[in-house]
Amino acid sequence: MIPFQYVRALKQRSAIDAVLKDKSAQFIAGGTNLVDLMKRGVTAPQKVVDITNLPLKEVVLKNNKLLIGALALNADVAEHPFVVKHFPLLSLALQAGASAQLRNMATTGGNMLQRTRCPYFYDTVLPCNKRNPGSGCGALEGYNRMHAIFGASDKCIAVHPSDMAIALAALDAVVLVSGAKGDRRIPFTDFHRLPGDRPEIDNNLVRGDLVVGVELSQNAFSKHAHYLKIRDRASYAFALVSVAAALDINGNTINNARLAMGGVAHKPWRLFTAEKFLAGKPATEENFKAAAALEMQTAKAYEHNKFKLTLAPNTVVEALKIAAKV
Amino acid sequence: MGKEYLFIDEKEGLDRVDGKMKVTGKAKYAAEHHPAGLVYAILVNSAATKGRIKSIDTKKAERAAGVIKVITHANAPKVPGYENAPRTGGNPEKGPTLGQPLRIFHDDTIYFNNQPIAMVIADTLERAMHAATLVKAEFDTETFSTNLAANAAKGVPPSNAGRALYKRGDADAYKNAEVQVEQNYVLAREVHNPMELHSLVAIWDGDDKVKVYEKTQGVKSSQRAIMDAFKLPEANVQVIAEYVGGGFGAALRTWPHTIAAVLGAKAVKRPVKLMLTREQMFTLVGYRPMTVQKIGLGATKDGKLTGITHEAVAETSMYEEFTEGTVNMSKFLYECPNVNTVYKILPLDISTPTWMRGPGEATGAWALESAMDEMAYALNMDPIEFRLKNYAERDPERNLPFSSKFLKECYQKGAEQIGWFKRNRQPRSMQEDGWLVGYGMSTGTFGAGRGRASVRGTLSADGTMTIQSAVSDSGPGTATAMTEIAANRMGLPPQKIIFELGDSSMPPGPTQGGSTTTSTLGSAVVDVSEAIKKKMFELVAKEGRGFASAKYEDLSFSRGEISQANGRGAKIAYTELLRKNNLPSIEITLNSQGGNERDRYSMYSFSVHFVIVRVHPTTGVVRVHRAVGVSDAGKIVSRKTAESQAIGGVVGGIGMALMEDAVIDHRFGRYVNSNLADYHVPVHADVPKIEALFIDKPDPHTNPMGSKGLGEIALIGFAAAVANAVYHATGKRIRELPITPDKLTG
Repeated sequence: MIPFQYVRALKQRSAIDAVLKDKSAQFIAGGTNLVDLMKRGVTAPQKVVDITNLPLKEVVLKNNKLLIGALALNADVAEHPFVVKHFPLLSLALQAGASAQLRNMATTGGNMLQRTRCPYFYDTVLPCNKRNPGSGCGALEGYNRMHAIFGASDKCIAVHPSDMAIALAALDAVVLVSGAKGDRRIPFTDFHRLPGDRPEIDNNLVRGDLVVGVELSQNAFSKHAHYLKIRDRASYAFALVSVAAALDINGNTINNARLAMGGVAHKPWRLFTAEKFLAGKPATEENFKAAAALEMQTAKAYEHNKFKLTLAPNTVVEALKIAAKV
Repeated sequence: MGKEYLFIDEKEGLDRVDGKMKVTGKAKYAAEHHPAGLVYAILVNSAATKGRIKSIDTKKAERAAGVIKVITHANAPKVPGYENAPRTGGNPEKGPTLGQPLRIFHDDTIYFNNQPIAMVIADTLERAMHAATLVKAEFDTETFSTNLAANAAKGVPPSNAGRALYKRGDADAYKNAEVQVEQNYVLAREVHNPMELHSLVAIWDGDDKVKVYEKTQGVKSSQRAIMDAFKLPEANVQVIAEYVGGGFGAALRTWPHTIAAVLGAKAVKRPVKLMLTREQMFTLVGYRPMTVQKIGLGATKDGKLTGITHEAVAETSMYEEFTEGTVNMSKFLYECPNVNTVYKILPLDISTPTWMRGPGEATGAWALESAMDEMAYALNMDPIEFRLKNYAERDPERNLPFSSKFLKECYQKGAEQIGWFKRNRQPRSMQEDGWLVGYGMSTGTFGAGRGRASVRGTLSADGTMTIQSAVSDSGPGTATAMTEIAANRMGLPPQKIIFELGDSSMPPGPTQGGSTTTSTLGSAVVDVSEAIKKKMFELVAKEGRGFASAKYEDLSFSRGEISQANGRGAKIAYTELLRKNNLPSIEITLNSQGGNERDRYSMYSFSVHFVIVRVHPTTGVVRVHRAVGVSDAGKIVSRKTAESQAIGGVVGGIGMALMEDAVIDHRFGRYVNSNLADYHVPVHADVPKIEALFIDKPDPHTNPMGSKGLGEIALIGFAAAVANAVYHATGKRIRELPITPDKLTG
């Protein structure tokens, strides 16, 4: 651990200014990921700006939109009556993440900003382009069992570890950001990025940007939604593959489908092709299988994660079956 | 041996005597000792896997705030015991690890990745952690190998092949059998990962006397290691381990970090605390070695075994040969005329493995009991019927009777409990809620040993009895079991028994390992209790008063009173007897060990594990839905702690079967999951209701209680039961642990 300065921000503006002024400053909220990274020497901010006193904890339903404050705790959001009733997919995804202790500390904003759990990223002795650009990708020819099958580059095959983010991507959430030039809205599916040649950049925020909340629009998916996470143990493990599935079903016909996968890409992976295929079709296992297969055409596996080529479509089908109750 | 067995309340048993202390945080573990002037040590580890330290720059670290000293091989004070150290190192009481234990900071040689190359001592933990990041080393590296799986064929016989190379009848006889099974079984490297990290606080008094609070499974063996390293007499080294937060074998040896901290404390002339990080727990305190095994089984068409071949290759370090009993059970578990075993090791550029719960026998049972299941299916026989057909009534290896063996009863009791014979034996024939359902079982066995122990028993005039022995209790509940034994033998309520342990200055007790503590120490507790009762008998006989003509055998020692066993005549309370004789206490210290019964009998504990698994047909998720374990561990002397032992063994077994896998990236020789987020052990959600049943029949020969060891058999065989159940559920045979979803979907 490298010595650092700790300041507590009392106003949103002063928090943003503090980070704008100091290139090595970082916001800290629950700290469940950042503190680990600091202990391991993966990141070494000289200043952390504690934002937990900012008034960003609320979860409110207004004009058919749900606004989740960036500092709302994962545990609180998961159990919030509005969320449970109108956005069960998000509740399920949150409950599938981490452990009860972590969910009591972790915030909505911090969750989406957590960094990959790729072991090469975490170990400062090993090569990693995300941690140390130009040092190479340790996972590419290494232990890549947990790694991406979609959208990777030869610079980085890491995956995003969040469960919550998969549900938010499926539900077309919008990230509310405040920054140097004022406020802006980023659609969730554009929030995270693929690694390309710049794997050190996880998302489309710029210095000084502060996530202040997430907005969700009312939808017709609440009756048919499921988050299915496949992992090496029943709790407190990152996804091998996870699927957020939400269906708007009329009779047995799918009006609309929303699908996103976790554990397979550098960002929450929306299954737009599968969604389009399913729209207007009966909710049958055959259609689910066909939709999953379509999506897999662009998948590419590495030495230790070939199983995901089977597990991913199987999990899509299972999640859809549970969501559709067929 | 005594014919009188302990009376144990079958239903109640005794609550863990230290339970409240532990759950309320009052129990003090090694690192919770904070003597005045305490400073903090952090180990710096090698990034290289093999070679030499070319240079090591400690200047920045030395200049950092709060730093008192940075120790490296270049400036380390000499450890006297490191000079001309004998090559038969390791724990002097436990022979199997041969070679030269790693001499920390002794020279510039790097034997494995993350080997300690420096130790920073600072006035606070945070400052020590920071300064540790400032130590920079360069290495002359050499090519290395850490990959057993790719090099198993290069295995070599260990120097002390011992029981490992064995033949009865013809070798490889299975190859001529009517029905044959020949398969390889791979066990992933497992790390003990007890909750409590290895730690110690070393406090010197002058430069020839040291007191150490340490996490250890053996205070006497730790004391011995420190005495040897610093050439100190026994009276000048005190090791204290009052509470230990799990060991599973990782604290059986004294590892180099202990010597480092003691050395550091001497160098800075202040008490030093050192606690390993979780990452360091993967490389500095042993692990269950990855092992590749081949089993060949031959049988007649009607299911009689005609040949068993068991070969194993296990990894070890370049500087020590670690060996364990991986192939042993294949020699005696089943009646079979032709058996041969071969055990090899492969030295690699890794740290030295060590015993991990069950140890080699758990590794071996995974292979043998998987193959037995494969053979049962090849024969179209029920796996239990097949085992019973080859049941060994006598030990076929030593051609001796078993001191006791209730394995048949275990099969029967477990099968009834889980509904074994109601299942459909066909693979992939059972389903529930869209999940495939499978039943599996396996056998476990482990030597029922008894060692030597000294205890001091003190019966006070206030009616309490204190018993002391220099043992550790790493979790099984030794103090509780000893309290129950003493209470029963002394005729005192358990509340009047005070069992003290964990201090090397007490009478020497055994290291806690190999399922022997209860047998060894319990016998000594029985002996000292009997000796104290005899002493009381002498006093009452002298006294007369209705006891004058009584024989010892005619007396009852119960409820704190001596009386005639027939209920008539005189009575006297222990307290009164001592007071009348002006005795503040009766104190007896004695040494206890068995006789020649081991030459006349083969002594083993046995277990049978039954599981029901559910396997998801398309995602490959495996859940242990139910687990029933039946143990033949002789007479159960402590019901609650025995159940806890059995339950804990199953939890460990779930980890072994389904998730534990310490992965090294062989390009770097470095672990890539050395933390508890990525190295998976079972969480509550993975653990079903576990039914721990006991045969609870005394063994007439093992020890005065009639007990046999339980710690190892609680785990041994469990992984095979799961793999067999997965086969029954899916029709897919998994021969490489752990059974993760990828192996069932790929």
